[in-house]
Amino acid sequence: MGSKLGIDLRPAERARELAQTIVAPVQAHIEAHTTVSVERATLRLMGADGVNGDDVPVPNLAVHSLGQHLDYGAARYYINALLAKGFGVDELNRAIADGFDIGALPLVDFAHIEEKGRDLVGQFEARIQSHVTHRREAVARYKAHENSPLLYVIVATGNIYEDVKQAQAAAMQGADAIAVIRSTAQSLLDYVPYGATTEGFGGTYATRENFRIMRAALDETGEQIEKYVRLVNYASGLCMPEIAAMGALERLDMMLNDSMYGILFRNINMARTFVDQSFSRMLHAYADIVINTGEDNYLTTADAYEKGYTVLASQFINERFALNAGLPHRLMGLGHAFEMDPGMENGFLYELAQAQLIREIFPDCPLKYMPPTKYMTGDIFKGYAMNTLFNLVGRVTGQSILLLGMLTEAIHTPFLQDRYLALANARYVLNNVRDLGAEIAFKPGGKIARRAEEVLSQAVMFLEQVAEMGLFDAIEQGLFADVRRPKGGGRGMEGVHPKSPEYWNPFEGFLRKELNVG
Amino acid sequence: MHVRAYGDTMDDGAVQLSFTLPMAHSPKARKAARLLAQKMGLGACEVVHAASLADDFTFFIVYGKTTAAVDVDQIQVHVQEEGMDYHAVNEFIRDRIRRRIVVVGACTGFDAHTVGIDAIMNMKGYDHHYGLERYPMIDAHNLGAQVSNELLIQKAVDLNADAVLLSQVVTQKDTHIYNLTHFVELVEAEGLRSRFVLCVGGPRITHELALELGFDAGFGRGTYPEHVASFIVKKMVERERVLSS
Repeated sequence: MGSKLGIDLRPAERARELAQTIVAPVQAHIEAHTTVSVERATLRLMGADGVNGDDVPVPNLAVHSLGQHLDYGAARYYINALLAKGFGVDELNRAIADGFDIGALPLVDFAHIEEKGRDLVGQFEARIQSHVTHRREAVARYKAHENSPLLYVIVATGNIYEDVKQAQAAAMQGADAIAVIRSTAQSLLDYVPYGATTEGFGGTYATRENFRIMRAALDETGEQIEKYVRLVNYASGLCMPEIAAMGALERLDMMLNDSMYGILFRNINMARTFVDQSFSRMLHAYADIVINTGEDNYLTTADAYEKGYTVLASQFINERFALNAGLPHRLMGLGHAFEMDPGMENGFLYELAQAQLIREIFPDCPLKYMPPTKYMTGDIFKGYAMNTLFNLVGRVTGQSILLLGMLTEAIHTPFLQDRYLALANARYVLNNVRDLGAEIAFKPGGKIARRAEEVLSQAVMFLEQVAEMGLFDAIEQGLFADVRRPKGGGRGMEGVHPKSPEYWNPFEGFLRKELNVG
Repeated sequence: MHVRAYGDTMDDGAVQLSFTLPMAHSPKARKAARLLAQKMGLGACEVVHAASLADDFTFFIVYGKTTAAVDVDQIQVHVQEEGMDYHAVNEFIRDRIRRRIVVVGACTGFDAHTVGIDAIMNMKGYDHHYGLERYPMIDAHNLGAQVSNELLIQKAVDLNADAVLLSQVVTQKDTHIYNLTHFVELVEAEGLRSRFVLCVGGPRITHELALELGFDAGFGRGTYPEHVASFIVKKMVERERVLSS
């Protein structure tokens, strides 16, 4: 397929080379380190779960007790404890919750540990493969009932049982994907809360039990409406790899997951985030989970017209990090947003240009398109009109995942009726302009084509600058999103450990082999 | 003067509303919606639209007429002072304060939303109104979101701030009230209250609420950076006058 914009897309190849140059040194850092969260995720993949009397999760207790032994990987100690004590996983979890230190035991013969490791990896493999097969079959069976783009809405009551009602209602109204937004500040917790939760601020805690509850609810509704309803959560923040692990185990379908978002917008240490995102993405790749990257955030803080290129530049970087983790293009939901000032003359044309450009540069990615938020006011009627234009661009440029705008954005978390109105709007537009995209050609050298060209060339120039500086320094100097994040600053740096030459993680090894990376 | 809602004729009292009832879509549900509107005091109620949202939920759009009226002569509101614009604020600082002023801002507590504090402080500003960072006479420090109250106060002391801005976007379960009260208590406990002009902003913040909680001003929806800047500089001069008299 040629460029409908009729522009020269060769600069995108240059951008990809630059992204490779930019990411290479970071990749070396990634491969030389592990983090407390990667190790906790690994323990969870082996079955570590539960909490002690003070609600401290078992994976945290285990990792904490290992201290500097973590450089060798937590897996050998957990498995050693299983073997030495003759415990099953549940028994061991209870013992750890009661204060048992898995680092205090002498190590049994490593060959036995490896053998048990293979056994545990085998169980993981079987579970994930059964999820992947289930999803693939269900999607294929009900394909005809899906919207294109997929219509994505958010529930955020704070109470998982209330979320279930809202999510099921949204699915009945035509939603294809439901995200349970997390409680504010969960990204900064260095542990994953446990059990079903009924209180949260601005969202609901991501816990394994909450994942299970919502998964079952959406499967139930999905059977009724004959659609595979996708469940979305957030593999971001300090527990990114653990959330990825829980999502893989509980058959979530999409995860918000960005290589730099946590650094820039949550002030998480960069050395930590880069390692965490890599392990998370390997898990997503293996579990066939679509990631959604967070480029929309660049536009909520800066001007969407002036800084449109930062979105594209970040997408190239996210793409490279994802490829390095074995994540194929079909699972890369690169993000962008419709955030230009609605008062801008021809703003719609520029939105169309950006969306079409990204579609053409990343033809195989399930692009995630975010609705207007920055210029949403209390004027719900104008907001509804803006959302209509957003839906129009989404359909015409062939976006893949449409996060629907709420007319009450900036007022309150969505009411049941707000979500209904958003879905009604989107379904109206999708149906009414179904084949418009295929009928359109852009005027050669016109405003839209020129704008697309401009954004691409600005992105390449920006990447040249980052490549010259190096990614760590570029972030430190505030090149991204106008925020400066020192290399040694931010949260979670103390949780980064150098891998010893004897580091052993059977899950990482398995994933690398399966995904053919590193 | 008494006023009533206006549709197309003076004093017709026409209003529109929409809401959801937790019951299945049925003639009974439509009637329930109409009765509910009547109980709100609306006459000539018409359910113009009803749609099923889920098995047990129905959405309604209703028009009606209310005879309610308000005497606008009896209403008292805080009118945001006629503010100065970007240039006037800088001029005012140069002439009256004769040094750059220091403003420190953050979104404190668990609230992760920087959108409010960014709109006021970032260079770029919001809706073509420059943010405080752009003001040559203001030394602005935006600490971002999820900053503790303690850290914000510490920074304000370290930077010798003249004004402290607090943004609160998340207001679920009144979390902002607790956080703002906590902030003021800390400032007072440290004996720093008179050192700073304290402002709070956010979509649910009103000037009245801010005063009640012990701030000097509150800024709600529709606030631009120059509104905040004007208030700060005028307040600083006013305090100076009080102190020197």
